[in-house]
Amino acid sequence: MATDLTLPIDGADDPDELGARAADGAATVDLGGRPERSRGFDEPTGLRRVGRYGLLAAVVAIVVFPIYTTLIAALKPGDKVFDNPLVPDAFTLDVIRAAWTAGNLDRYLINSLIVATIVTVCQLVTSVLAAYAFAILRFPGRTLIFFLFTATLLVPAEAIMVVNRDTVDSLGWLNTFQGLSVPFLATAFGIFLLRQVFLTLPRDLLDAAAIDGVGHFGFMRHVAVPLVRPTLGALALFSFLGTWNQYLWPNLVITEQDMNTVQSGLRILQASIANEPNLVMAGTVIAALPIFIALLVFQRQLVRGLTAGAVKG
Amino acid sequence: MSGPMADDATDTDGRRSGRRRWAELPLAMAMLAPAAVILGVFVVYPLARAMWLGQQRCDNFGNDCVSNGIEQYVDVFRSVEFQNALGVTLQFAAITVPFGVILGVGLAVLADKYLRGIGAFRAVFSSTVATSVAVASLMWLFLLQPSVGVLANVSWFSELFPTVKDPGWLQDPSTALWAVAASSVWANLGFTFILVTAGLQGIPRDLHEAAAVDGAGGIRRFWSITVPMLGPTLLFVMIVTVTRAFQAYGEIDLLTGGGPQPDNPTTTIPYFIYGQNSPIRNDVGLQAATAVLLFLLLLGISALQLVGVGRRVHYGD
Repeated sequence: MATDLTLPIDGADDPDELGARAADGAATVDLGGRPERSRGFDEPTGLRRVGRYGLLAAVVAIVVFPIYTTLIAALKPGDKVFDNPLVPDAFTLDVIRAAWTAGNLDRYLINSLIVATIVTVCQLVTSVLAAYAFAILRFPGRTLIFFLFTATLLVPAEAIMVVNRDTVDSLGWLNTFQGLSVPFLATAFGIFLLRQVFLTLPRDLLDAAAIDGVGHFGFMRHVAVPLVRPTLGALALFSFLGTWNQYLWPNLVITEQDMNTVQSGLRILQASIANEPNLVMAGTVIAALPIFIALLVFQRQLVRGLTAGAVKG
Repeated sequence: MSGPMADDATDTDGRRSGRRRWAELPLAMAMLAPAAVILGVFVVYPLARAMWLGQQRCDNFGNDCVSNGIEQYVDVFRSVEFQNALGVTLQFAAITVPFGVILGVGLAVLADKYLRGIGAFRAVFSSTVATSVAVASLMWLFLLQPSVGVLANVSWFSELFPTVKDPGWLQDPSTALWAVAASSVWANLGFTFILVTAGLQGIPRDLHEAAAVDGAGGIRRFWSITVPMLGPTLLFVMIVTVTRAFQAYGEIDLLTGGGPQPDNPTTTIPYFIYGQNSPIRNDVGLQAATAVLLFLLLLGISALQLVGVGRRVHYGD
């Protein structure tokens, strides 16, 4: 997923802006309607208002159509899937139950959870450490080394997995959690993002801490990390989601059925589409549900993570 | 530990004595070490190794390797298979990028109004961000599958478009790539929508109000205010969607397997490297060479976009 995360385009020479925005905990976008509820000068009225709602409803219908048909298939008894694929005329949870056991999904979900948690925690730790060194410590070659770190963002994962698969193989890590997680335990994106925020810490704070006899690790733990908590939250969600959604990598390093993640497990399920489509769609629902729920809960972090560096102001 | 005080006296003008400059080096190296090891072993080394492997030819057992130098890259680039994969990738990008950006902007502008309940609409529009490539692909596979699929079993639809049933849009060489692209655009829609919505909310309302007072209508304001002010956001969205198009793998694997045979109209470059039926699947040298070419292509595209489009982007004040 390395290149999914493009360098912040205009944040690069403008660390204060990003830092200030991230540090004060303000969400950068509000998906739940604007905070100020005053009527806008261009608020649609009368017929235009009706038209706007009609248009919105039509677009919603198109956007949710694949989700709608999936849900219907997953909640219909097996013998009823083909008649009226658009109408929920029968309802049962049996298919979902069957998919849960037949599809081995409980095992895959746990595997995904383990791998994504390992990667997320380790990415946070390695990013905080490296970002702190780049932002706060003074040492020769700092700029050059930082440049080299960020340059790794330009390498697409697909270009290096050929070799990484061999590396993991020679380490004896095929079909293991190490194999699934270790290559992703550090990310230049996280280092870059956190460094921007650490740079906004006033130097006086550090000096005051030093006078009180607090060393770098104390300062990091008690001052720096708490200040970047919103950014850490966004980064954590981003890391978790990126790892959870990985598709190609698990397919390359996992050959034992029981070690599959949810995504590579769906690949196994896919083979049954022509015979038991409703079972496959039920499996899809089960696989999708945890992330739908998680994103409902962590919407702010998601938006902050997605927009970090993308938008000015 | 020397403590953060070490360089306070000389900090303001950025000059430090030699001793101070070096004092924090060991600590810095220790803090950089974990990330450096991971990035070194799993990003830098494999890239260098791929470049090395990519110019080698070995026998079937990986022995008796001969170095062919840059010529092997040229050969791979010129090969029919790579040219096909490159063509498919470019077509895929040419479909998914404009449609993705236009739909994302369209939805965001549509939902950027003061209306009761607009939050619910926004939640729906951003919902596809929660679908992984595998989840989205299976949803679309179920829509498009020719025998059990939804569209094939909606009678008026399959009468209107008989090819949805026979041979099926994913099985018809002329529509397969479009069908995969549709799935991909849909899956990325939530992401684009969130980014553009954030961009729209960054545009000062006064600009629109002032323009409206001066008599500019909605369409005029869209082209004269919204689009230029969205510049950086659109650039970012484009870079991400182009990159994703060049990295498309999961949707191809689940929807078409690179097919239909024999022309492989949906075999993108990543699928050519890693796909189940790829002719180079067991040849690490050729895989590596193709992977390096993919890296160079993406590098070139990023550079082009930053230089070419970046120059015309309005970054605000």
